Amino acid sequence: MQQIISLLVENKPGALMRVTGVLSARGYNIESLTVARTLDPELSRMTIVVEVENASRALLVKQIARLINVIQVVDLTDAPFVCRELILLRVTVTDLMREAFLKEVEIFRARVVDASPGVYTVEATGAAEKLDAFLEMMRSYGDIELIRSGALAMPRSTKENRKAKSKELKKVSV
Amino acid sequence: MLMNGARLVLEALTKEGCEVVFGYPGGANMPIYDALYEHPIRHILMRHEENACFAAEGYARSTGKVGVCFATSGPGATNLVTGLVDSLMDSIPVVAITGQVPKHLIGRDAFQEADVFGITRSCTKHNYLVKDINDLARSIHEAFHIASTGRPGPVLIDVTKDVLNAKTTYHAPGPIHLRGYKVSLEGHSGQIKRAAEMIWGAERPYVYAGGGIVSSGASAELREFVELLEAPVAETVMGLGSLPSEHPYCINMLGMHGSYAANQGVSHCDLIVALGVRFDDRVTGRLEAFAPHAKVVHVDIDPAEIGKNRRPDLPIVGDLKHVLRRLNKLLRETRAADGAVNAASRRRWLDQIHAWQSEHPLSYTSSDSEIKPQFLVQQIDQVTQGRHIVAVDVGQHQMWAAQYVRFNRPRLWLNSGGLGAMGFGLPAAIGAQLGNPDQLVVALLGDGGFQMSLPELSTIASYGLPIKIVIMNNGYLGMVRQWQELFYSRRYSSVELDCFPECEKLAAAFGMKGRTIDKPRQVAAALQEAIDEPGPFLLNVKVSPEENVYPMIPSGGAINEMILHQPQPVETTGD
Repeated sequence: MQQIISLLVENKPGALMRVTGVLSARGYNIESLTVARTLDPELSRMTIVVEVENASRALLVKQIARLINVIQVVDLTDAPFVCRELILLRVTVTDLMREAFLKEVEIFRARVVDASPGVYTVEATGAAEKLDAFLEMMRSYGDIELIRSGALAMPRSTKENRKAKSKELKKVSV
Repeated sequence: MLMNGARLVLEALTKEGCEVVFGYPGGANMPIYDALYEHPIRHILMRHEENACFAAEGYARSTGKVGVCFATSGPGATNLVTGLVDSLMDSIPVVAITGQVPKHLIGRDAFQEADVFGITRSCTKHNYLVKDINDLARSIHEAFHIASTGRPGPVLIDVTKDVLNAKTTYHAPGPIHLRGYKVSLEGHSGQIKRAAEMIWGAERPYVYAGGGIVSSGASAELREFVELLEAPVAETVMGLGSLPSEHPYCINMLGMHGSYAANQGVSHCDLIVALGVRFDDRVTGRLEAFAPHAKVVHVDIDPAEIGKNRRPDLPIVGDLKHVLRRLNKLLRETRAADGAVNAASRRRWLDQIHAWQSEHPLSYTSSDSEIKPQFLVQQIDQVTQGRHIVAVDVGQHQMWAAQYVRFNRPRLWLNSGGLGAMGFGLPAAIGAQLGNPDQLVVALLGDGGFQMSLPELSTIASYGLPIKIVIMNNGYLGMVRQWQELFYSRRYSSVELDCFPECEKLAAAFGMKGRTIDKPRQVAAALQEAIDEPGPFLLNVKVSPEENVYPMIPSGGAINEMILHQPQPVETTGD
């Protein structure tokens, strides 16, 4: 099943390779991966979506946690979490369809970020299902080009979460 | 004092207590060799980089200190890979320092350039690529810290040649702090308390002890533990010697070639106390059939080992020395009350174990005409007496030695346990002899593994290392042949080693003494001759060619489905 892992890693050369190496050495294919610096410039936050059989999930997380550059690993799969993705898509729209197209973009709370005659670049964010529905809709206007950012996930702030977090923060401040 | 990066490497190594390095020079690490020219660190020039890493392991395994090896860029570094994986699998502290092409040539397919940082990422506990002289000292000290703490392992530092030449001053850094590296030593108090309850609650407890006892230096604690508990102890191939072989509760090795008592014991026990072990497939056989009636207490310093193969009923993450000390204290306090409850059952259990031991002790059919390999190993045991170092290679002779040779303290038995790397034995013996100059070191090798490491005879001769090399020569790659006999209808494919050099001439070519024997009555005298010889000795022992290692659990079989004596064709493909 698809597992969503959130990692805090040291922002050092090779750190990404070490993490993806644990996955690729076991023959897992990464569905999506995002990495960027945190508020602490020495650290990066990664979100990985990877297809892993259920029985291996806990082991995988521990084997990633064992890496020296990895500060924290959380398996978000079963925890309440917020997950968003950004897409950019370019759509060619005929004059006739223009109005309907722009209405659709508005309904999905997407934004036109670039336009040239007959061609629009649209930015949309949301959960995967919403974006899939949006793409389905956009396809009806003609050929589309698409870039997806991959999932960004953050655990929801529940009571237990906050408790764990405050404990965690004593060790790691981000 | 102003010095170059190469000199700094040696100063940092000295600061870490390193006295001897195994290595091989080349273009990219020449500055280090230049600095070595007038430095007190002793360098041993091996004949192959792979053997430099194995020798560093032999040093580390036998002394408990970090083993250090050097290699140059490209082929030098790639030759280290097998040794690095070997030390990773067996959790051996090794620091490898490799030269790399100058920074401005990286990525340009320069002469002897290889992506060593990338290649060794999965072969090491951690690795470094140092492109800035200001990172060099810190990287080396971090490497020693990482290699020797927690679950030990290999760390590689790849240093560009311009860094080795750059001028700097050396300041030893303060305490190492790594944000992503935390080792918990003590173990959770509540879990330890529950472990004590489970232990006294058991009627048939069984201790399964492995390499973690050796790494942690917890032999004394293990001994106290089993004496409090009065329980049988089976050791893994990495754990031999963690409890003295001669200890009455020691029931030898368990697993694929384990003793009948050890394998029956684990199949019938109601509690396994697993100490520094991995539930490796060579131990468990078919996992679902392993110890079906047992609850498991698993103590390990590496959280990723907990539940990897067998889900424990009680996990404890911690260093065995610390955890066992605390557990022993609890057991001492509760022994009179809680320990008495099942004392009678535990005594019956020990009787049962002893009955299994006498029912099927290790055995073989002896011979007056040919030297049985088991007989040879028993004779070696008579010489080493559980007190001397025995380095072995991989295969049948390794298993026979594990079965028959006694080890009354840890760090005497050197073998490639997890990786099973042929060619390990001879260079490991070199490392061990350098770490223990006054000890007797026996290198027991198969004729296959010996030929993989044969060039090291030159190293042994040139440093005058008094290693006693015993070749168990059956003219076959014995373990593969055994599997072909049992699982591939005796189709002996590419396992015959029909050309073996004449031993006396080979030894003489390296200026050492050698002898070939093929009669049982010659064995004791030849071993004595080897021991009496002040220098190295090459003893070639021709043994029965088609002897098999028993007991044996076919790969994928259940641990209580042992083949005890006779070869019986089994329908399974090995893996």
